[in-house]
Amino acid sequence: MTADVQTRPSTAVGQRSTIRWHDVCAYSDLLPERGVAALIEDVQVAIFRTFDGELYALSNFDPFSGAYVISRGILGTRGDVPTVASPMYKQVFDLRTGRCLDDPRVALPTFRIRRTPQDRVEVASA
Amino acid sequence: MNVGGEARKRLVVVGHGPAGHRLVEALRERDVTGAWRITVVGEEPRPAYDRVALTSHLTEGADLALPAHGPEVTVHTGDPAVEIDRTARTVTTASGRRVGYDALVLATGSSPFVPPVPGRDLPGVFVYRTIDDLDALREHCAARPGAGGVVIGGGLLGLEAARALQGLGVDAHVVEVAPWLMPRQLDEGGGAMLRRHIEALGLRVRTGTPVAALEAGEDGAVARVRLGDGSALEARVVVFSAGIRPRDELARRCGLPVGERGGVVVDAACRTADPAVFAIGECALIGGRVYGLVGPCLSMAEAVADQLLAEAGGSSGNARFEGADTSTKLKLMGVDVASFGDPFADREEGTLSVTYTDPVDGVYTKLVVSDDARTLLGGVLVGDASAYPTLRACVGSALPDSPGQTLFGGVGPAGGDLPDATVICNCNNVTAETIRRSIRDEGLTDVGGVKSCTRAGASCGSCVPLVKRLLDAELVAAGIEVDKALCEHFDHSRAELFDIVRVRRITTFTQLISEHGRGRGCDICKPAVASILASLGNGHILDGEQAALQDTNDHFLANLQKNGTYSVVPRIPGGEITPEKLIVIGEVARDFGLYTKITGGQRIDLFGARVEQLPQIWKRLVDAGFESGHAYGKALRTVKSCVGSTWCRYGVQDSVALAIRLELRYRGLRAPHKLKAAVSGCARECAEAQSKDFGIIATEKGWNLYVAGNGGMRPRHADLFASDLDEETLVRYIDRFLMFYIRTADRLQRTASWLEGLDGGIDYLREVIIEDRLGICAELDAAMERHVASYSDEWRDTLEDPDKLRRFVSFVNAPDVPDPSIVFETERDQIKPVLRTGPQREVLSR
Ligand code: SRM
Ligand SMILES: Cc1cc2nc3c(=O)[nH]c(=O)nc-3n(C[C@H](O)[C@H](O)[C@H](O)COP(=O)(O)OP(=O)(O)OC[C@H]3O[C@@H](n4cnc5c(N)ncnc54)[C@H](O)[C@@H]3O)c2cc1C
Ligand code: SF4
Ligand code: FES
Repeated sequence: MTADVQTRPSTAVGQRSTIRWHDVCAYSDLLPERGVAALIEDVQVAIFRTFDGELYALSNFDPFSGAYVISRGILGTRGDVPTVASPMYKQVFDLRTGRCLDDPRVALPTFRIRRTPQDRVEVASA
Repeated sequence: MNVGGEARKRLVVVGHGPAGHRLVEALRERDVTGAWRITVVGEEPRPAYDRVALTSHLTEGADLALPAHGPEVTVHTGDPAVEIDRTARTVTTASGRRVGYDALVLATGSSPFVPPVPGRDLPGVFVYRTIDDLDALREHCAARPGAGGVVIGGGLLGLEAARALQGLGVDAHVVEVAPWLMPRQLDEGGGAMLRRHIEALGLRVRTGTPVAALEAGEDGAVARVRLGDGSALEARVVVFSAGIRPRDELARRCGLPVGERGGVVVDAACRTADPAVFAIGECALIGGRVYGLVGPCLSMAEAVADQLLAEAGGSSGNARFEGADTSTKLKLMGVDVASFGDPFADREEGTLSVTYTDPVDGVYTKLVVSDDARTLLGGVLVGDASAYPTLRACVGSALPDSPGQTLFGGVGPAGGDLPDATVICNCNNVTAETIRRSIRDEGLTDVGGVKSCTRAGASCGSCVPLVKRLLDAELVAAGIEVDKALCEHFDHSRAELFDIVRVRRITTFTQLISEHGRGRGCDICKPAVASILASLGNGHILDGEQAALQDTNDHFLANLQKNGTYSVVPRIPGGEITPEKLIVIGEVARDFGLYTKITGGQRIDLFGARVEQLPQIWKRLVDAGFESGHAYGKALRTVKSCVGSTWCRYGVQDSVALAIRLELRYRGLRAPHKLKAAVSGCARECAEAQSKDFGIIATEKGWNLYVAGNGGMRPRHADLFASDLDEETLVRYIDRFLMFYIRTADRLQRTASWLEGLDGGIDYLREVIIEDRLGICAELDAAMERHVASYSDEWRDTLEDPDKLRRFVSFVNAPDVPDPSIVFETERDQIKPVLRTGPQREVLSR
């Protein structure tokens, strides 16, 4: 699988009847307002826990630098939008949609993420 | 008077570009009685747009539309005028519409000049003038990614077009027939320097050769550009940008005089030979010349609006076109180039020119002044055009300083000092007085307000820095706080936040933002607050909530590299190192397969470490007695030294010992920006101390202390702060200097620009540090003592804390799997990163 394909799951989540949830880590493994990278079926996913405890999952690929570093960005807000800034050249992305707020042509793929009753964190692959 | 109703006069404007648009707007604004009924006839399929910003349509998809006129103005788009009947006073359009007029204004602009070379009609050959031109160009390039392209013409517009082509993925050449680029604005030296900058952007340049022919490929579209010297350039796309020709065809056809080289002849009031017909903008030949810049075009529009109002009895009608400044600045390129006034005035008697060339920084500057060296006549700036707005505004008046001082002393007069009559915005002909008045009368507080109120800065934008300075000066004069807000989350400056945190003893970001800010922060305020908390001694930077504030470098205690790996820089105080330690570094680098390089800071950098390797690497280094070099932090970097009196036959003091002492004293000190220092053992200055934030040079009697030097982007020679100090006094002064800087500087402000912005400058600094004018020296001393006493090595602490080590994994669900995207190849026997995909700027989402 090439690096290119890793960032672009070809089927949209929910299109197939079976969504596969992957156990990633314990919720408490995630620091508030920081991210981690996870490897899900060879795809690099950046997982974030915000200040208010929300979880988000985006592609870990930073299209502006070509490096897999989104998980290491600083979290914050712009207006009401929860954001992450790429650590490389600091473009800011909307955690909910993956949209780049500094360049409307760019958006990161997003992934479904959930916290289980056992306090595990799971990410869906499609 | 003929007010309203049937008595209204009819104005027809032909051409809806910036000039036509401005005319209508100026008239609408001032024609309060509605004396004129306005009809606009435009050829393009859309109403007027901001042609100056055309390229941003291509690069950013920007919406260029100028404000719509309102319902009382009739605008026919996509319907060019084809005939004027001056006897019947009617204009006929291509669709057969016939409109009568009492006054007619031609604002038909110009068209790109395409020289008659064979092949100029081939598919793939474009001009660069309208939105439609650019849309066609984009579509063509999108179908040919990575193709070669040629822009014919190396003037302002050609270079802009070439850069835009590059943005479309085209590998672009610029061909200029003159011996150097931008021959209309630059002299040979400036042209040569510009070429270096252009080539550094990856554009290729051919000068001194005409284009002989465009040749087609097998698909019938253009494939090659044949040059006058017989050589050929591959080109699947060609853009002509070889000058403009006024669109005077309508005027010609109805018998109005036009110039030999084109242009509708008008007088200073923009009237043609027929008193009912005016011509404005790029189609007009006024005072014997055609202006190809928007500023003069808009001035002509204003002048005609005035005549028309006078005809309706609403103004004196005295406005004339007074000639115009043709200063220009290349925009959108990432290269600073500007010319102002008459850059070629030095070819005349009675002038002097001062030139300055710095081949290292790629700077070329020329000022032309009158022979008493007082009056600025013109000049050229390449590589650094920061002084452009000020210099342009000074043309024709006295220089604030000697030419040399003006060139080297930086930015020139502060906004407050510019004479009222100075034209600040060329594009819209706005004077300092107008701006000042509008700030005062309308109570404006930001540049946006000034823009919409006066139009200054609303076109090419090159005057915005000057507008900002005027605004700040006015606000300060009015006692209004100048906006220093850190970002959208805090209204305070860094220095204010520092005081809040210090005085209120705040220890967490959460407390600070909930009490003094809003939202949850961003990549600007979080690291800034992290640095403040660290400067005030709040423990390890990865403790608790502080960890979430750090930029990735501080978060991993290493420097992020382009492929997502990190570099490792152990501290080597003063640059002195034992053979054993050198061997350890060598072994570590070898065992982890790292690239090694001697840095410019007298130490060794190991590159290419993956996050999960960092603790293992640092374990080996810490065990061998190394500690963090803080290459990642806004903190003290290195104190460079020369070998000094121990070995050097000229040395008068032990510079190495002092450098080590200072480096160990200030290591780990977090600051608004990084801090660099050096100690030289004698006046030969081998450690380059005068380019450092603080630098020390040995004398026979002790030490000279220099402060606020800078290498980097804007080099600054340090200022001599005090001479012949003994070591203890020296250290005390440095302590206070650093702590005062840390308290009062802005985010990411080095000591050099901090001192430049400090009211009272170096004298004031001496009063604060030596004479304790503010009565804070004891506090500053104590703060530094606390820092020295609480220092501990960040990497050692991290290795001892399992909680902090948890972050050093590649993947949270596969901690031992190395990031598969990190790949190296070998070059000169060491590793080199390979980016498998590279930057991609299209939409990636599903
Ligand atoms: C490694 C080194 C180049 C080298 O191979 O020699 C280097 C590398 C970087 N420099 Fe530098 N600079 C290095 C010496 C310098 C010097 C020379 C010196 O220190 O004597 C200068 C000019 C002196 C000065 O700063 O006044 C220098 C002026 C800069 C600047 C411009 C600063 C300015 O005020 O204009 C930056 C950008 C910034 O900090 O904003 C910068 C930024 C950087 C960064 C941090 C860029 C980045 O964000 O990735 C580089 C990261 C290095 C890394 O990953 O380890 N580097 N840099 C040198 C490390 C010295 C050290 O041992 O710590
Ligand atoms: C890419 C680019 C970048 C530029 N950058 C700068 C800059 O940085 N600074 C600067 O000062 N200037 C710049 N310019 C120049 C500036 O755009 C022009 O000076 C300005 O547009 C002139 O305005 P105008 O209204 O006279 O003519 P135009 O903008 O040419 O408008 C004339 C309009 O009249 C229409 N027309 C022509 N004939 C007829 C007819 N018979 N019937 C009806 N309509 C007709 C045309 O289609 C056109 O829409 C730039 C130009 C371009 C192309
Ligand atoms: S000069 Fe410094 S910042 Fe620039 S590439 Fe070299 S190391 Fe990097
Ligand atoms: S000089 Fe162009 S906008 Fe002011």
